[in-house]
Amino acid sequence: MRWRPLLLALGTVALTVALPDLGLGAEDTGGPAPTPTAADYPRIAGVTGRPVVWALAQMHLFLAAFVLAVPMFVVAIELTGVLTGDDRYDRMAHEFMKISMAAYAFTALTGGALALALFVFYPVLMGYLLRVFDGQVLIYALLFILESFFLYLYYYTWNALRYGDRKWIHLSIGVLLNAVGTTLMFVANSWATFMMAPSGVDEVGTPLGSVWAAMQGPLWNPLNLHRFLANIAYGGAIVGAYAAYRFLATDRPEERAHYDWMGYTANFIAILGFLPLPFAGYWLMAEIYAYSQQMGITAMGGVLAWLFIIQAVLIGSILLAANYYLWCGLMRTEGGRRFVPWVKYIAVVLVAGFLVWVTPRTLILTPQEVLAMGGTGHPLLGPLGIMPAKNTAVNLMLLATFLSFQLFRRASRTPTVPWAWIGNCVIAALYLVAAINIVAAGIYGYITPTVYKVGASVPQVVSTLSVIVFVLLIEAFMYRGAVARPIAWGRMSSRSQYALFVLPVAFTWLMALMGYIRSSIRTYWHVYTIMKDRSPDAYIPTIGEVGNYITVITLVFMAVIVFIFWLSQIGETRQAAPAAETGR
Amino acid sequence: MTFLRVTLFSLVVLLAYTLFANILPQVQSNPPAEEEIEPASLDRAGQIAWGERLFEGKGACTLCHKNLGRAPDLLGMDLGEELRSRIADPAYRGAAEGLEEAEAFEVYLRESMLDPSAYVVPGFGKKGTRDRESPMPRADAPPVSLTPAEIDALIAFLQDRAGVEVTVPLPAAETEVAAAEPVTGTAEEGPATTAEEVIDRYACAACHDLLGSGAEVGPPLAGIGTRLDREALRRAILDPDAEIPPGYEPGLMPTDFGEQMRASELELLLDYLAGLEAGEAKP
Repeated sequence: MRWRPLLLALGTVALTVALPDLGLGAEDTGGPAPTPTAADYPRIAGVTGRPVVWALAQMHLFLAAFVLAVPMFVVAIELTGVLTGDDRYDRMAHEFMKISMAAYAFTALTGGALALALFVFYPVLMGYLLRVFDGQVLIYALLFILESFFLYLYYYTWNALRYGDRKWIHLSIGVLLNAVGTTLMFVANSWATFMMAPSGVDEVGTPLGSVWAAMQGPLWNPLNLHRFLANIAYGGAIVGAYAAYRFLATDRPEERAHYDWMGYTANFIAILGFLPLPFAGYWLMAEIYAYSQQMGITAMGGVLAWLFIIQAVLIGSILLAANYYLWCGLMRTEGGRRFVPWVKYIAVVLVAGFLVWVTPRTLILTPQEVLAMGGTGHPLLGPLGIMPAKNTAVNLMLLATFLSFQLFRRASRTPTVPWAWIGNCVIAALYLVAAINIVAAGIYGYITPTVYKVGASVPQVVSTLSVIVFVLLIEAFMYRGAVARPIAWGRMSSRSQYALFVLPVAFTWLMALMGYIRSSIRTYWHVYTIMKDRSPDAYIPTIGEVGNYITVITLVFMAVIVFIFWLSQIGETRQAAPAAETGR
Repeated sequence: MTFLRVTLFSLVVLLAYTLFANILPQVQSNPPAEEEIEPASLDRAGQIAWGERLFEGKGACTLCHKNLGRAPDLLGMDLGEELRSRIADPAYRGAAEGLEEAEAFEVYLRESMLDPSAYVVPGFGKKGTRDRESPMPRADAPPVSLTPAEIDALIAFLQDRAGVEVTVPLPAAETEVAAAEPVTGTAEEGPATTAEEVIDRYACAACHDLLGSGAEVGPPLAGIGTRLDREALRRAILDPDAEIPPGYEPGLMPTDFGEQMRASELELLLDYLAGLEAGEAKP
């Protein structure tokens, strides 16, 4: 009975993905990809297409990531509430959905504006993509309608389907909502990955007649996984900021306790989605290298390489902020104090890892300095600028972050099983072996050719993931029947809450940056190797120009999010009746 | 107040990222410039210099072929010695085997650009292929799309670097590669088969009153066949400024028809002009 929603969801996904080939496949392939001229790119009031499309696409992606992610963890929280019988989970899940609902209209609005801008500014490209994907656009429209239907149904039946068997119906609607939403994202992703690594067409871009083949490019699944995880992390970070703001804005102890708990849960979700994200990123980059080494090097070692130093700063600040928040959280329990001495060691690993990650391969120097040093790479620090060092650093940072989580979980519970000490020894050994393996694989990365360097990160990833999986498994058994210690929700400093604002700001900037890199590795091609971009915007701008533009987009998004938060809050208020106001 | 504090804090974080982006090296990357090259005008030195520009520019060779271990550092090594050892490698089974050195280098280099997996330098193959498959894209296919003349120029540059005689031909006048941008899908134009086609192709009637054009920029050609013999007509076409009729300026007629026209086209035109009688400027 409980499997039915899952089967139904899987069936929906399979059917919608296959539909273009079942009945709507392109019969008239229409020949090769067109060759646009400079005249095919209209200017409107002197404005070219890229700035407009870039801003609208990014805004749409921010909002879409948020509204697709929230229902995912909301269903998980709702289910937790059902299984534990704790009504607080249900209330929190409902509050998360309330924020998401306000964002949905903005998502549709920016999506419509983006489509309009694309057809106005890039008519030849869009004409070609429509020819390649043919009936898929109808599927996309259908999915959007279904997404809206299930979203409103899920939200507005929350209280009507609250208890007993009806709750399972409500959860099933939630599962269907997520199935449709995820499929919608996968369909949209296929356009982006087709432009990067075209499939389903011949070498001059003539569609071969199968939309499914055009969707199944080598980068489609890596991007699907990457966006899926990133959306969860992003959604968690945004609602974490909401909780932090509500925490800071109230003096009522029960509200502070509620929003402290909500902030902790949101941070947990954000980091849960974030921890495997670098591995999904490795997979995506490995597939890019496998598809075209030239494309991979353009990203990691060419004109875009410096952007990865900014990425390191952003991810470093995310990890530092998330860890800082967790360390502050140790003070919520009496049992947490015993772990405080550990914090400085974790901090050392994080800061050292962060410094390695931001170390560039080459330095910005004057000609005299280059001569004095014998090159643009520092003799000692230069080797830290290449991938093996950075992979080692990021894996150790992720291990340290997971350790912070583990300490917080342990702060509120004491195991009672007699083999607890053995379990602790095994866990310590797992950390030790993983750390040794990560460092050893990093050293191997130095002595192997470039094509094997990305591959050398695989054992590092496996080590980190193994620690996470096995430690969680061991602890699941070890803490059965554990003695719970009370957690004083609300006993958090105001300063700690600011860490929850660093996360959404850094995540938003990071998403825009990585999206820009992903798109820019096509260089001056609309569709790589098939259709050139001959617009006046077919160049890669300077990092400063990119950074300034991303900041402007982020500011606009933050303004929209503040407005959405305000909307969700104003819905809770009720104006006092005039009679009550005048005291009559 | 909380709102202001939170907003200010978020703005400071945001500005810190922006500032960092602005202190890094600022480089704008433009699409490869469409270099105007007149292949017929290139001598050997010009061809080698063109090849060097292609190596660093449109060919995108330096993306991998430099001292970062992505691909053999062609400019940092003793290229001649390296090529000799590769061709002598028992694992090499390409077309350069058994050829004289300079020619072998040309064949090997061309092969490595057009069929990069024909021989993969140990340690530089695609992961998991045991050096049987090269990660290098074909130089004549997108995204690089070098033309045959550009590939020749690259080979000339690398042969020169390797210290051997440059054996690739100089770009011929017939080679239609005026721009670095490849023209795909259009076959090279064949020779004109009638005098009218020749006149049309080289726009003779734009200046001379031919085929009823009535143009008066150049001297009238009606009856030219009775005034000049065939050899004088040939000289007037190939070296038009050698003798200028009274009332006309030198330097107006192109002086490169000898390079542009095929021999058969020139003969067709001479036949036509020699046959023109007085008052006749039409076929």
